[in-house]
Amino acid sequence: MSRYIVALLTGTLFGLGLSISEMVNPEKILGFLDIFGNWDPSLALVMGGAVGVTALTFRRVLARPKPLFATHFEVPTSNAIDAPLFSGAVMFGIGWGIAGYCPGPAIAALTIGSTEPLIFLAALIVGNYLAGGWQAIGERVG
Amino acid sequence: MENFTPYSALIGGVLLGISATFLLWLNGRIAGISGIFGAATRPRTPDRVWRILFLIGLISGGAIWWQLMGPTFIPRTDFSMPGLIVAGVLVGFGTRLGNGCTSGHGVCGLGRGSRRSLAATVTFFSVALLTTFVVRHVIGGGV
Repeated sequence: MSRYIVALLTGTLFGLGLSISEMVNPEKILGFLDIFGNWDPSLALVMGGAVGVTALTFRRVLARPKPLFATHFEVPTSNAIDAPLFSGAVMFGIGWGIAGYCPGPAIAALTIGSTEPLIFLAALIVGNYLAGGWQAIGERVG
Repeated sequence: MENFTPYSALIGGVLLGISATFLLWLNGRIAGISGIFGAATRPRTPDRVWRILFLIGLISGGAIWWQLMGPTFIPRTDFSMPGLIVAGVLVGFGTRLGNGCTSGHGVCGLGRGSRRSLAATVTFFSVALLTTFVVRHVIGGGV
């Protein structure tokens, strides 16, 4: 039960963070990405603030034997810097640069009275399934 | 740079970092939104409940702020529909193939000191900057 409450509360805090910083506004994101336009450096401070905290805390947390409400830490084990990582990051970058939405802000923006996040997320689910199919074919071909 | 909002950006960013810290410290999980959302939308994912609850929280956090603070910006309405759909498919495909987005690779991966996440983050930021440049200044206005 505790871990479900934690999930709900950390999700809420994440949504508040994205809202306070206005990352839920795709034009704010594009204002950062468009460095040759009327540049808005805000996103750099959002990332800086977030990574500033996690860089301080994550090592200490992961040095503990286990999380408080779970049996073990589920942290990615792969260190591979390979073609899927780069091609995935390139595709994500193109999509992000076109519309100004990444997954978190699109979800946090679902209730602000615009249909954009809903359409974006529906398309995102399709892309997600296509990638799953692509990976399954890759595994079969080897 | 009159749109620059340094204080709210920094405060919001710190809250994201605190949220990710608590999720890792208490539940042992990484706050990677593309992974959480992807797994939550696939019916056969084991251990789906916490992911769905996290997403309900994410939506609620956005809703609470919007209700309390009133419209804090005017939502965009004139964006091209095909552009939005293409962007969504690319983000969905790319984040699954590359195992992460701004939160998983950016906020959490960089915090863990992961070189893999650093490579991904530098790549998607560079490509996004280039894409926005092409869309706004080469093609010129809307997709």
